[in-house]
Parts: sequence; structure tokens; C-alpha cells
Amino acid sequence: MIGGLFIYNHKGEVLISRVYRDDIGRNAVDAFRVNVIHARQQVRSPVTNIARTSFFHVKRSNIWLAAVTKQNVNAAMVFEFLYKMCDVMTAYFGKISEENIKNNFVLIYELLDEILDFGYPQNSETGALKTFITQQGIKSQHHTKEEQSQITSQVTGQIGWRREGIKYRRNELFLDVLESVNLLMSPQGQVLSAHVSGRVVMKSYLSGMPECKFGMNDKIVIDKQGKGGTTDEAGKSELGGSSGKQSIAIDDCTFHQCVRLSKFDSERSISFIPPDGEYELMRYRTTKDIILPFRVIPLVREVGRTKLEVKVVIKSNFKPSLLAQKIEVRIPTPLNTSGVQVICMKGKAKYKASENAIVWKIKRMAGMKESQISAEIELLPTNDKKKWARPPISMNFEVPFAPSGLKVRYLKVFEPKLNYSDHDVIKWVRYIGRSGIYETRC
Amino acid sequence: VKKREIFELKAELNSDKKEKKKEAVKKVIASMTVGKDVSALFPDVVNCMQTDNLELKKLVYLYLMNYAKSQPDMAIMAVNTFVKDCEDPNPLIRALAVRTMGCIRVDKITEYLCEPLRKCLKDEDPYVRKTAAVCVAKLHDINAQLVEDQGFLDTLKDLISDSNPMVVANAVAALSEIAESHPNSNLLDLNPQTINKLLTALNECTEWGQIFILDCLANYTPRDDRESQSICERVTPRLSHANSAVVLSAVKVLMKFMEMLPKDLDYYGTLLKKLAPPLVTLLSAEPELQYVALRNINLIVQKRPEILKHEMKVFFVKYNDPIYVKLEKLDIMIRLASQANIAQVLAELKEYATEVDVDFVRKAVRAIGRCAIKVEQSAERCVSTLLDLIQTKVNYVVQEAIVVIKDIFRKYPNKYESVIATLCENLDSLDEPEARAAMIWIVGEYAERIDNADELLESFLEGFHDESTQVQLQLLTAIVKLFLKKPTETQELVQQVLSLATQDSDNPDLRDRGYIYWRLLSTDPVAAKEVVLAEKPLISEETDLIEPTLLDELICHIGTLASVYHKPPSAFVEGGRGVQHKRLPARAGSGESAESPDVGQAVSAVSDAPPAVIPSQGDLLGDLLNLDLAPPTSNVPPVPSSMQMGAMDLLGGGLDSLVGLQCSSLMVSSVLGGAPVGMPAGLGAAPAVGGGLGDLFDLGGGVGVTAGSYIPPKTVWLPAMKAKGLEISGTFARRSGVIHMDLSFTNKAMSVMTDFAIQFNKNSFGLAPAGPLQVLTPLSPNQTVDVSLPLSTTGPVMKMEPLNNLQVAVKNNIDVFYFSCQYPISLLFVEDGKMDRQVFLATWKDIPSENEAQFQIKDCHLNSDAASNKLQGSNIFTVAKRTVDTQDMLYQSVKLTNGIWMLAELRIQTGNPNSTLSVKCRAPEVSQYVYQCYELILRN
Repeated sequence: MIGGLFIYNHKGEVLISRVYRDDIGRNAVDAFRVNVIHARQQVRSPVTNIARTSFFHVKRSNIWLAAVTKQNVNAAMVFEFLYKMCDVMTAYFGKISEENIKNNFVLIYELLDEILDFGYPQNSETGALKTFITQQGIKSQHHTKEEQSQITSQVTGQIGWRREGIKYRRNELFLDVLESVNLLMSPQGQVLSAHVSGRVVMKSYLSGMPECKFGMNDKIVIDKQGKGGTTDEAGKSELGGSSGKQSIAIDDCTFHQCVRLSKFDSERSISFIPPDGEYELMRYRTTKDIILPFRVIPLVREVGRTKLEVKVVIKSNFKPSLLAQKIEVRIPTPLNTSGVQVICMKGKAKYKASENAIVWKIKRMAGMKESQISAEIELLPTNDKKKWARPPISMNFEVPFAPSGLKVRYLKVFEPKLNYSDHDVIKWVRYIGRSGIYETRC
Repeated sequence: VKKREIFELKAELNSDKKEKKKEAVKKVIASMTVGKDVSALFPDVVNCMQTDNLELKKLVYLYLMNYAKSQPDMAIMAVNTFVKDCEDPNPLIRALAVRTMGCIRVDKITEYLCEPLRKCLKDEDPYVRKTAAVCVAKLHDINAQLVEDQGFLDTLKDLISDSNPMVVANAVAALSEIAESHPNSNLLDLNPQTINKLLTALNECTEWGQIFILDCLANYTPRDDRESQSICERVTPRLSHANSAVVLSAVKVLMKFMEMLPKDLDYYGTLLKKLAPPLVTLLSAEPELQYVALRNINLIVQKRPEILKHEMKVFFVKYNDPIYVKLEKLDIMIRLASQANIAQVLAELKEYATEVDVDFVRKAVRAIGRCAIKVEQSAERCVSTLLDLIQTKVNYVVQEAIVVIKDIFRKYPNKYESVIATLCENLDSLDEPEARAAMIWIVGEYAERIDNADELLESFLEGFHDESTQVQLQLLTAIVKLFLKKPTETQELVQQVLSLATQDSDNPDLRDRGYIYWRLLSTDPVAAKEVVLAEKPLISEETDLIEPTLLDELICHIGTLASVYHKPPSAFVEGGRGVQHKRLPARAGSGESAESPDVGQAVSAVSDAPPAVIPSQGDLLGDLLNLDLAPPTSNVPPVPSSMQMGAMDLLGGGLDSLVGLQCSSLMVSSVLGGAPVGMPAGLGAAPAVGGGLGDLFDLGGGVGVTAGSYIPPKTVWLPAMKAKGLEISGTFARRSGVIHMDLSFTNKAMSVMTDFAIQFNKNSFGLAPAGPLQVLTPLSPNQTVDVSLPLSTTGPVMKMEPLNNLQVAVKNNIDVFYFSCQYPISLLFVEDGKMDRQVFLATWKDIPSENEAQFQIKDCHLNSDAASNKLQGSNIFTVAKRTVDTQDMLYQSVKLTNGIWMLAELRIQTGNPNSTLSVKCRAPEVSQYVYQCYELILRN
């Protein structure tokens, strides 16, 4: 198990050092600094073995988090824990920075004591932790006996992510379908790989211990219902538009720990008792029938040894009534560029020498439109034999639909003990599609 | 820390104001964090412990955990508070006390810990119980005996049945850890009931608890395939968990239990399909987790390639991937490359070869070469891609390309040599030894097609002594090759290199190789040509495969560090904790059953026969001659080069095969030259060639000195009663690659016997007499005559039962007699049965595991080297050897006369007379006969 956990600043000075196991000594703190943080070469692996001691590290801005062990630990668990540790810290004091860590070091030690015991991760749900580890310093004596047992039963309980007795005057639900669409396209316009990784993020402000059931246009479910002939839910899309594709094939999905996995496995229904506030209900991945919102058509021509001509056309490929926003096209330029002239029909384009790229920005663009940029790049003559690697042209954008075609069909809320019904809950649904790694080779 | 600072802190700690006190403790902890020694403040800090401010209390505890060990006496001061806190009405405080106490590693304190811990383990509050469960593991780490004496282990076991899932999970974690330091304790006592409890808790506990439980489940071996399936069914839902570690641990359980499922089961196919999507999803996690996932996928792809064979695209490298993710993806891409996807793969690899990171580019270029070797249809395209890359003139790309092109030449001889001209253009830019050596090899190998080969090689010769050994050795060989191909123009060059290698170099490898060539060339140029220009063995397709047993072990460690390092835990974990080797469970139905009772009897009957080894008239000289005669004849392989690990190390391999052949050709020449028959070859040859040859022969001796093949004593095949007075006894032997049937005919009748002839019925391996039976006739009454009948394996084939049965008819002037006998199958083991190491790995993997049979060899007191030597005498070749702790594993290959290959793993435990033999063969019915041979050879 985890033998110790250290946090360093970018200089390698230790900000937090917590040792859980006797086999980890103070010298481990220095070993990591010398061999990883101060290493001359760029880090080649997130796991480093130094003198039979293994170091796992992640970096958040310029802060290093390192977990240390001498045993054959579950490596995936250690990384998951480090990420979780970052989440918990962010939930408590915001951005992970040297200043914040120094200001909150007592709190961090307290958290580390609670969420890692003898190197075994314990309950690390922020919702539960916040009930008894507070920044003001806990007034333990003020808890009544009932409160205390409520805390412990939540921390250890089956529904560790939600406490009892939550009350809202208005029961409300916000559901965001956030997708990032990834593309790698050849210069000839052939899709080399494309996938959507999506997340369903929920903000729930619901009273009591509500049972929720979430439905989407998952192909497996729709097909099953079609065959079975059941009609009670099929076809009725309670939320969101019903246009577009009937159903989508989901390659794989993962769920927040509140979702009953065995039920999903057997019936493919998504049922859960939600945490209070914001959380990520599910993640999914699709590769079939993806709507690619933009197509990039590059044309690069070398004119002699000192000049390049670049022409890039972008085409939007969605309903004309919809608007894409925050469009940015990044066209890489060679390292020996001496000057660039750009002409674009729409938006603004600029050559950024420090980033070795022409950055073309368009605020808004409707569907089924086309726009073009052309640039002349002057090059300095070099005797460097190495050819320019021609990095791909990348794109950023945001569109108000889900490129995977996912639709929310329903989200039902049942709270048998309190007197509100599914109809009383106010529900909001929003679809946002963003570019992930959206690249076209040129 | 400055004295003054300590002094000030001391004052603040003893202040009356609570706030000031707390601030002071905070300062102390801050100093402690950065490594300053504040142990001098111990009593003052401990004094702050008795407080109702929980935050302050926690800080003091933190301090205590750090310094208690250095101040054991003063740490006792804290005990009272701990004991009191363990009785506190607030469960959070009770848990805090028991948690902290377990972290204070002072003997005297642990004594006081026992009573509070006992209470906390039975506390009414689950939060306290789950903390106490972990505390037992802490205490065990400090004082294992105490934990056992106090009966905490039993209490911990009871907690597996606790109503709270988190308590169960922590109890499982603690027990698993304790069990690791007692490998044979059966502490976890996993049985179907406990497994059921664990599976129930699995659905309810936190993500971390699920990991503990799954990791523990993976250590269980189900009783049968049905139990295995039902556990798999209950574990599969975990594959949709958001936590990657839960997913990987579930994959581990499934991969392991899947071994037990029959492959024709529908569920087996379903399970395979279910595994792919979650593995792909892991690749959208954060880069560090992707790295862990990719290292594991690398193992999974080797174990079960079918799972991800259609998922090539997801392993394409993204421009922004961290370098460690890129390199791992590349590895998996090559493993998944096949004819179906090769075009896409190649296009990607070509893209990568123009990237920035040097390591990555090199690996990409190398990958193109590996594709060429792996997928024959793509070879041509790969070669042209490599040529394009060479045209870029980027130094390291060119060098890497030349190294892989050398391998492509080896794999497809006489196909792509047209590109040599292009390669030669880049001679000057090569500055890395590996590339230089590869280029020199190419020039030497194809010297006859390169007009100015001599000039090219000569140019390298100028700075001979500045080159690395690799290049020097290659240059030496290349020039000798050149000389053998174009003797007239290159005499001077070869003399130059030979003298450079033998006289001016102090590298023994180089010098010895130089001498060998020199002597070879001066004694027998024809032989030299045969040796140096011998045909090279093919190189194998897959490279970097992990050895099968190690792979199986690593599969049991999916998700852990071992699977990231691709090393067993014993390689990086100190001490005995958690390093016992894990093995995959065996599929139901395979295993011990292969040994049939009558086989056992037959074997024992043979070994019961009295040994008849001592020659009756044997004087000392006779003994010596006999001893010397047997080994070399049966051990010099006719095609020595093929028994080398050519692909691994061209140079090393070349040298060995040279020596091997050298040895045999010497012996042949000495025999022809009239040395007395039976005289050891070395003795006959030594005076003729001179002193220098002595050490040469020594070298050769190293290869040849193994015990000869075991020849069972003769047994009576045809008793006189059944054959009108003719008694035939005999045995089989393999000598110099020829199978002999050694027969003794005894006339026990009253009349003379004449006109002997012999005939075989069709048999399993097509054994037939290679010539007529030559018996000195007539055979007078009471006379015995020994005949050695050479056999061929080209006769008609018919499967016999048992497989090694041979039906024989012998005729004489009186009648025709029939008898049957069984020959040891080792008779059919041919001399070139040593498999290339890589080929071995690939073949082992390729043969389905149903074809594996396991046997026990009892009462064999040989160590692994002796066993290996002994077996080699019977043409059972050791391809590789691996030692794990006290266990040696020999990987051996055998080839039968009919071309069937047999792969075996022999595990020998030092000090244990029983060894385990696993035999894998495409014709599994042969396995048990191979086992008989092993037993026969090793026991005699």
C-alpha cells in the first residue's frame, strides 16, 4: 500500500510530507526531488523506481504530488487516489497552488489522516468529508449524539455520498450533456479516427433520499423495447428534442459510484440515489455515426526554399439554424518563419511567433457555411537538414448539440417519503459539444 | 533549527492562551514538514494533547507519530490520553485514538494498545470498527506474535461477515496484507461462503473497498468451471465503474478465472467481448492512468490477442500524448498489426517517423521494420517506406532504418538486395555502433553484388581500434566473407584485419574469433567457406514477447506495479512480503490424468532389468575409449547453425556455430587421416595442426561434453520357447544421427540356423530397416551373435497403439516368427531439435493450452545443469533457463524425425527430488511418450 505522500513546489521544496509506513524514510523525500523533479531529462514515466522504492507522481500546474511505496501496490489505485486527492483539495480551497497549500497545510494533514489509513484509501467523497472536517476547526463537542452517528454512518454507509435530511423549497435538477468530439483526419479528408467522449453532469437540488432513473436513446434499450413491444416509455421523449437519430450505439460507459452497476448490467437501466449538488453521473464513448461539426481542408504548397503558401477552408456541417461559437483554427508554421501575410474572409487571424502558429478566430458561425483563410509564409534559409515535421492543423469550437447524437429521454425522480412527485421537480437539460483533439494533418 | 527558535516555540507551547498554543503547534508541524528536527519540543507538544479541540489534538497526534520512536520513554506519557479517548462517547474521537495509536511504533505502547483495540473491533459504530480493522494490520507490522497471541486475527476474520460493507472491505485489506507475510497460513480461508459475502459487499462499498475486495478475490481458485463462471458473472458489472482501478482489478479477476472456462462455452465468448470496451475506455483517462492501462493491455494482448484485435485505431498516437503514452501505444500497435490492418498501421508509423522526440521516432522506424518481418505481404511497402525515410537524411532515422533493413534481409533473403546501393550512399553518416555494424554486415553478406565492397570495408578498417567491439567483430567477419567470395583481390585486406584482430587487440572475443578464422582459412578453405558462408537461420516474427510463465504470473498481477514494470514482484520488492509467485488456474480436465497405469508398468519393467553396462573384458583403456567414443558422435549436430539463437545475437550465435562445426570437421578429418578408430578426435588432430589448436579444441569440447544418450539395456523380445529355439533380445540406440536396432540372436536349438531376414509392420513413425539383416551364418547351437541394424524413418506409416509399438517379423531357415517391442521415443529425437528462443516463445504461445500435459518426475536427484546435459545427450535441447528463487525452469525443445516439434518446461526445485514436466505439442498424444523418455533418461 501507499507508504507515504509528498507534495512539492516546482523547486522541489517539500510542502506536505506524510509518511504512513515504516519502510519509507525521510531520504525518500530527497530521492524523488533529485531523481525526478531536478532530473535533467524530461520525465519519461509517471512511475519511477529508485533503489527499490517506487514513486507515482502527478502534476497540477507547478505542484508535484508523489505517492511512495516499497510494495507491489495496485498502481491504478494509487493514481486514482492522487486524482481524488486533487479533487478533494480543490473542493476545499480551490486551485492547487503553492500559496493555497501553504495556507491550508493543517487542513491537508487532517484530510490525509482521514482519507488514507496505513496507506489504504478510505471514503474520499467530499460531500461526506465536509460534514466533519471543516476549515474552521471542528467543534466536536457541539455535535449531538445523533449528529455524530449520522456522520459515521454516512462515511461508512452504503450511500456514502449523500446525507439524510436534505430539504429544498424548490426541487430542481440541471442536466448537462457535455461532449468532446475528437478527430484525426488525413490531408485527403479521410477520417483516420473519430470518437466522442461524453459526460453527463448533473446538479441536483432535491429533498430527502430521492430515487432517480435516467434514460437516453441507447440503441440497446430502444431495440429491446422495440422488440418487446412495450410502449409506456418508448418513443415518449419527455425531455429534449426528439429530432435527429433514433438511437445511438454506445461503445462503453462508466458510472458514478451512486449508480447500481448490477442493475445496469442486467437490465441496462440507470438508477441511483444522487449526491447533493454537482457531480458527474456518467461518462461514455461513441465511435459510430458521429456528426463532425467542422471539416478542415488544408492546402500547403512550398514555393521554393523560402516560401510556403497555405490555404485552409473550414466548412460547418450542422443545421443552419444552430450557431457554433468560440471557433479557433490553429495553423502551425515552421520554426524558421520570418514573416507571414494573412488574408481571411471572416474573423481575425494573427501570426503568433512565440507559438509558431497562425491563430484564426471566429466568434460565431452558423451551420452549412464555409470560410477560408490564405497565408503566405516567408522562411529564413537554414542549413538544418531536418525537415519540418508539419504538425496537424487543430481546431477548437463549441456547438449547442451533442455530436454523438445522444438524447436524454427521461429523468424520473421518486421520493416515496416526502410529498413531492416527479412532476413537481423542475428539470433543465442542456447539450454542449466541444472540440477535443480535433486535428487535420496537412 | 536555531536554539532561539526552539526556545520561543517552547514558550508559546506552554502559553495559557489556547489560540497561541495552537499556532505554536502549527509552527512545529510546519518545521517538521520541511525536515527540521523539532524533537526537542516533545514534552511540550505532548502536554498540549489533553484538549477538547479536535484540530489541535490531531496536530499533536501527527507530531507524536513522527517522533515517538525517537523518544520512546516520553511517548508513554501519551498512553493515558489514548486509552481515555478510546472510551470517548464520540465515535470520531474513538476512531482517531485507535488509528493514531497503531501508528506509534513503540513496543511499550503497543502493549497498552491491545485492550482498547479489542473493544474497538467490537464497537457499535461501524466507523470505529473499520478503523480498528486496519489497526490490526498496523499492529501486526510492529509485532506479529502479539497479534496472534491476542487472537486479533480471528476477530478480524469475523469482521468479513460484518453488516457494514466498508468494515468488510477494510478487514479484507488487512487480512490480505497479513496473509502476504504468512504465505501458507490459509489465513484468508477463501471458500464459497466467504466468497459470497465478499461479492455481496462488493456491490455496496466505496470504490476503494471494491478494489480491496477484487484484489482479494483474484487470489481465490474456484473449485470448478461453474463456480468460476458464476463469480465472473457477478464481477462483470464492475467493468462500468468510473474508477479505472476498479475496472482493472475486475479485469484481473476475469482474465484469471477465464482460464478455467471451457472455450466452447457460449459464456466464454461473451466474456471475451465484454472485456474490450472497458479496456478501450481506460485510454480516455488521465495520462498517468493511460500509462498503467497500456502497460497492462500489453500483457493482455500477449495472453489473449483476440480481445483487442479489432481495436487497432484506438492505439494511434495523438500529437499531444505524453511521450510515455506514445511509446507504449506504439508497442501495442505492433503487437496488433496484421494483414488486415497493416496499411493503416504503416501510414501512421510513417507519420510518427517525422515527429520531434528522438526516442519515439527511432521506435517508429524500428516498428516499420518489425511490421515488414511480421506481415510478409507488407514487406515491400515497408521497405519502400524505409527508403523514403532514408532519403530524409535525418541522421538517427537513417541509422535506425539501416539496422532494421538488415533484419529484413535476413527474413527475406534475395528479395530486397536492390536497395543496397541506396544504403551504401549513407555510409559516411553512420556514427552509432549498431548502425555501423549493421551496414558492415550488409556489405559483407552481399559482397559479391557490391563492386567496391573491398573499398568500403577498407575505409572502416582505418580506424579499427577506435571502433566499438560490436563493429570490430562485424568488420572481421565481413572481410573474411569478402575474402571467401573474392579471394584474388582481397588477400591483403584479410591479412590486415586478421593481424589487427589477433595481434593488436586485447579483446579476447575479437582475438579468438580472429584466430579461429585464421586457422580455418589456413587449414581448410573449403570448410571455412562452409562455415563462414553457411546459410543463416530465419529470424522469428514476434519480438520482445514475454516468457509464458512470467506472462501468466503477470496476468495475476494486473493493475499492480508488477504489471507496470513487467517484472515479478520479487524483482523490486524487498523482503518476503507479497512476493510468492502466482499462477493461473488450470483448465478443468487437463493435468495429471495423462499418465495411464500400464505405461507406468512398462517403464518400471524396463528399469527393473539388471544393468549390463560393465564390459566383461574391460581393461582401463577399453573403458576410456568407450567413454570417449560415445559423446562426440551423438552430439555433433549435422546442421549446427540452426541450433543457435541467431535472431538474438547474430555475432554470438555465429561464433558458437563456428566452433561447433569446427569441432565436427576436425573430427572428420582426423578420422579420415587415419587416426586409430576410437581414439578421441582431439588427440588425433592435435599433433597435426600444432599447439594453437589445443585451445581451439577446448572450446569445441565445451559444446560437445555432455553425457551420451541413454541406451536401455537389451531385453528379451522373443523367447526361445516361442520361436523354436531362437532367442532374440535387443534394444534401440541412436548413434551419429542414425537409429540402430541392436539385436542379439542366440541359437538355443540343436540345429544350425541360416538365412536370416527381418521385416517390420507399418508403424507410427515409419521405421524400417535401412539395409538387409546381416547375420553371420550359420548360427551354430549355443552361439550368440550381435547385430546392429540401421533403421530409416521413411517406411510406411500407420498409427499404432501404443504409439511406440513396433511389430517385427524375423525369418530363418526354420520358420517365420513374430514379436512386438516398444522403442523409446527418444530414438526419434533429431539432432537439430534446438529451437530458436524467439520461435520457442511464439510457438509456446501459439499452441493452445488444451494441448499442454503435466507430469511428475519422481526421484530425480539431478540439478538443472546436470539434467540439461543429460537430456541434451538424447537430443532434448535446452533453449533457455530461468531461475526463480530455488526453482529452475528449463525450456526445452525436441524435434521428431517426422518434423513434429515438442516444447517442454521442466521445473526442478533444488533439494526436491520431484520435478514437474509440462509438455506442449500440436500432437498431444505424443506427450506421454516424451514424458517416459524424460523419466528414463533422468533416472539413469
